[in-house]
Amino acid sequence: MTRRHSTTVVAALATALVLSACGGGGDPLQEDDAPATGGGGESALVIGSANFPENVLLAEIYAAALGDAGVEVTTNLNIGNREAYMAGLEDGSIDLIPEYTGNLTLFLNESAEATESEEVYAELQESLPENLTVLDMAAAEDKDSVVVTSETAEEFGLSTIADLKPHAPNMVLGGPPEWRDRFTGVPGLQEVYGLEFSEFKPLDAGSTLTVQALVNGQIDAGNIFSTDPAIAENEFVVLEDPEHLFAAQNVVPLIATDKVTPEIETALNEVSASLTTENLTEMMVKVQDTDPADVAREFVDGL
Amino acid sequence: MIATIWAWLSDPTNWAGAGGIPAQSLEHLRLSLIALLAAALVAVPIGLYVGHTGRGRVVLVNVVSAFRAIPSLGVLFIAALLLLPHLRGNLAFELPSLIVLAVLGIPPILSGVYAGIEQVDPAARDAARGMGMTGWQRLWQVEVPCALPLICSGLRSSMMQIIATATIAAVVGLGGLGRFLIDGQANRKYDEMAGGAILVALLALVVDIVFSLVQRAVVSPGLASRGRT
Repeated sequence: MTRRHSTTVVAALATALVLSACGGGGDPLQEDDAPATGGGGESALVIGSANFPENVLLAEIYAAALGDAGVEVTTNLNIGNREAYMAGLEDGSIDLIPEYTGNLTLFLNESAEATESEEVYAELQESLPENLTVLDMAAAEDKDSVVVTSETAEEFGLSTIADLKPHAPNMVLGGPPEWRDRFTGVPGLQEVYGLEFSEFKPLDAGSTLTVQALVNGQIDAGNIFSTDPAIAENEFVVLEDPEHLFAAQNVVPLIATDKVTPEIETALNEVSASLTTENLTEMMVKVQDTDPADVAREFVDGL
Repeated sequence: MIATIWAWLSDPTNWAGAGGIPAQSLEHLRLSLIALLAAALVAVPIGLYVGHTGRGRVVLVNVVSAFRAIPSLGVLFIAALLLLPHLRGNLAFELPSLIVLAVLGIPPILSGVYAGIEQVDPAARDAARGMGMTGWQRLWQVEVPCALPLICSGLRSSMMQIIATATIAAVVGLGGLGRFLIDGQANRKYDEMAGGAILVALLALVVDIVFSLVQRAVVSPGLASRGRT
């Protein structure tokens, strides 16, 4: 069965691809043009996904929820980056894909400026072409975040990024090397929050090294994606972003306008209403050693 | 392209401060020299022993070629993740990098020392023995001086490899010229990347010239004409 097959491949590719596709980055470098050829019958709704585990999980959740609602669905998972699957939506080889509000808006409209959830969602709806529609967004967000250990948070009484200001000169910040110049990185933290860290330590290789360095005290604050399972595993504290430096990245179903039916809309809006960053993160922990389809099934059964 | 690289290299702001070209070059050199020293501390005694006694030659040749096949980046990640929980501060990143670089630097020194000692003219050895020199005296007063050209070339080629590979220290957040390569790529500043690559090559060249001058100074003039490669 092709669906089983592609989920296995996903697990293998998983970690390396997480960074390239999600989060505040924008256009990933790789030009992975896996052709998005749709499967299934004429009328079946084809659900696609990007090539990283969280997006595959979300696509499986949509598939399970729509299946329960009596909609005939097929999946075409792990297509590639945004450039690749947006082309698939255009040519009709896929009809529905889980997306993230902030990055999708930036993809459609380079001059997008909103960073707060509702505003980003409004800007997204303005930027969408006629043939594409977004349904309700979920509270769940996968975006850049600044995290500290629970000890650090307790010691300095930290709950937002702004609280770091008096302590930053004695702290080392860790994150991916692109944070050095990117506005949603060191320059933005300085400009928006006035944070002057004693040092910025660029750490490559995904979040693994950042997580380890944070646990062991080589860095005091680090940049990790908000749905990273390591946050729960290590009891890190995600600092709030009151000034909305990091654009909102709420999970949202992006669907071909002519495929929208009331059943689909109801089913997907029900999913979005229950999806939070917390339960998405919990599911991401499970996905590490369970088939995403099973994790998705369990979630949808609990709705 | 060449113009933008030159613009990056000649921009005074890139030469200033803790992240500037001179500071990163020095850091690169510091890491490389420590790694070379560590590699030499391991490789020279073993090479001398095997060359002098002729024992363990087969093992040595095999170990040397096996060492050459170790993938540096993989070892770096494993070492960093294993050592990180046990070390404080910057040492946690520096030690794994130094281990990787030292491991990389061992084979050329080992084969240089061993080959140098082994290929000493048997007539010179016999003469030393005939003069009643002990094993230590023969090693230090005859074999090592005669082997110096090859020992030096082993050290030089080890240093070249270490300098070229020390760029990977930037992957785990350390300084050095690798910063320009990694940060340049991450921030899509290809002039910075290319400039960093040129600087690594230049540093390797300068260091090799310095080493060759040292070699000229320490190698006996009697050998210099014959042993230089």
